[in-house]
Amino acid sequence: MSGPLLKLSGVTAFYGAIQALKGVDLEVAPGEIVTLIGANGAGKSTLMMTICGSPHARHGQILYDGRDITALPTHEIMHMGLAQSPEGRRIFGRMTVHENLLMGAQVVAMRNYAATRDLVFTLFPRLKERLAQRGGTLSGGEQQMLAIGRALMSQPRLLLLDEPSLGLAPLVVRQIFGAIRQLNRETGLTVLLVEQNAFQALRLAHRGYVLVNGAVTMAGSGAELLARPEIRAAYLEGGH
Amino acid sequence: MAYALQQLINGVTLGMIYGLIAVGYTMVYGIIGMINFAHGDVFMIGAFLSLISLTLLSVLGLSSVPLALALTLVFAAGIAALYGWTIERVAYRPLRGSFRLAPLISAIGMSIVLQNFAQVSQGARVKPIAPLIPGGIQLMNVEGFAVQLSWMQIVIVVTTLAVLGVFTYLVSATPLGRSMRACEQDQKMAGLLGIDTDKTISLTFVIGAALAAVAGLMFLLYYGVIDFFIGFVAGVKAFTAAVLGGIGSLPGAVLGGLAIGLIETFWSAYFSVQYKDVAAFSILVIVLIFLPTGLLGRTDVEKV
Repeated sequence: MSGPLLKLSGVTAFYGAIQALKGVDLEVAPGEIVTLIGANGAGKSTLMMTICGSPHARHGQILYDGRDITALPTHEIMHMGLAQSPEGRRIFGRMTVHENLLMGAQVVAMRNYAATRDLVFTLFPRLKERLAQRGGTLSGGEQQMLAIGRALMSQPRLLLLDEPSLGLAPLVVRQIFGAIRQLNRETGLTVLLVEQNAFQALRLAHRGYVLVNGAVTMAGSGAELLARPEIRAAYLEGGH
Repeated sequence: MAYALQQLINGVTLGMIYGLIAVGYTMVYGIIGMINFAHGDVFMIGAFLSLISLTLLSVLGLSSVPLALALTLVFAAGIAALYGWTIERVAYRPLRGSFRLAPLISAIGMSIVLQNFAQVSQGARVKPIAPLIPGGIQLMNVEGFAVQLSWMQIVIVVTTLAVLGVFTYLVSATPLGRSMRACEQDQKMAGLLGIDTDKTISLTFVIGAALAAVAGLMFLLYYGVIDFFIGFVAGVKAFTAAVLGGIGSLPGAVLGGLAIGLIETFWSAYFSVQYKDVAAFSILVIVLIFLPTGLLGRTDVEKV
């Protein structure tokens, strides 16, 4: 393995006057699943969006595949092999499932469109049945599948997944986590996963980071973090 | 009956022109949520560009009318598109992210700039043009009243439908059209999918301006006279059409344009010509009270 695929050093970000990230250091190696856990408002989603340059980091540096992407505009960053399935899914509600998938493939100018679409259909057969339906009429779980499917259509090397389990039935969550694991094993897809469902996320991930108030307070392998009493107390008790 | 049929023909022709302009209003509103008050003046600029082009071509000795019209269409749409791009770049983009009223005020300023520019450069008097396509078909003759469908009206309706057809295809089935709709629904997400949202917004203005220029050419052909002020009234009516059809909806804009054209024509025919604008704008008020989203407006239910 060469250097990390994604490397953040000392990244800060602001929403207006509020500092959402206070100097984050984080690394994701190629082929890894890394998870980021933390309470609501800890800055997890901000971190995901900052990687994509929306908002831009105010201090620090973000390297993707060795290139400095800190100041690049969002659309240029997204042409480099990153894809994000964002918080709240952000499906295009007035477009069909098919059009939503096409939107995902636009950034690679429809290269390998059929093959990638078939892969997405294998992971989420439900999307194939709903192809002509408008995104806004899908159920929450189907929308989540579509958000991930749309991100995959750009054939990314690094997939940023923000809260894929939010508000979904346990069965659907299991299906989505299974799909992530399968993609990682079979295609070597690198994944950075934000989750409030810390137990499942840490079991799935190779490594994890804990984000508290915009700063990383703990890092380690998934199993290590799961074994820590303070993690159990803060994020797992009462959970699964 | 024959009289009504004649009004129907006239109303549809006028409505097509309004519809073409209304599409520009509704597109820009859809994508950045602002009313581009300078759009009517881009239509006026398009009419002047058409006049300049037709005059030049006839001076150069081009005698084929279809060829002259085709060249003029391309010329006027092309230059007007440049106007649209520049207006967005100069007057709106620097204000993006500012308070909501800022670009609106800037748009009104841009509208005044364009009007004064045309007034100064082209003069304040009305500019006539000789009828290019005379004649027509007599559809029926009832007790001395002849129902005329002029070639000009046919050209206007057919051209407008063709332009709208191309435009509909562009928006519904091409990557550019999908990008435009994506920006309209969620600009941040569009950016996350690698779409250059600034460029997409620019192209929206370019397309809207080109359509307005086509409307300008049609207006010039239909009425035979233009002046620097035609953009204001036509613009406000097309805006009314866009609201009537449901602002943000493309088919709504065309439908609204047809409705305004028909209302205006029938009102002029059966009541008083002086009050035709009052009639058209009264419709706007009534629609806003009883149907705030317009005829084809969206009542979105977005799932969470």
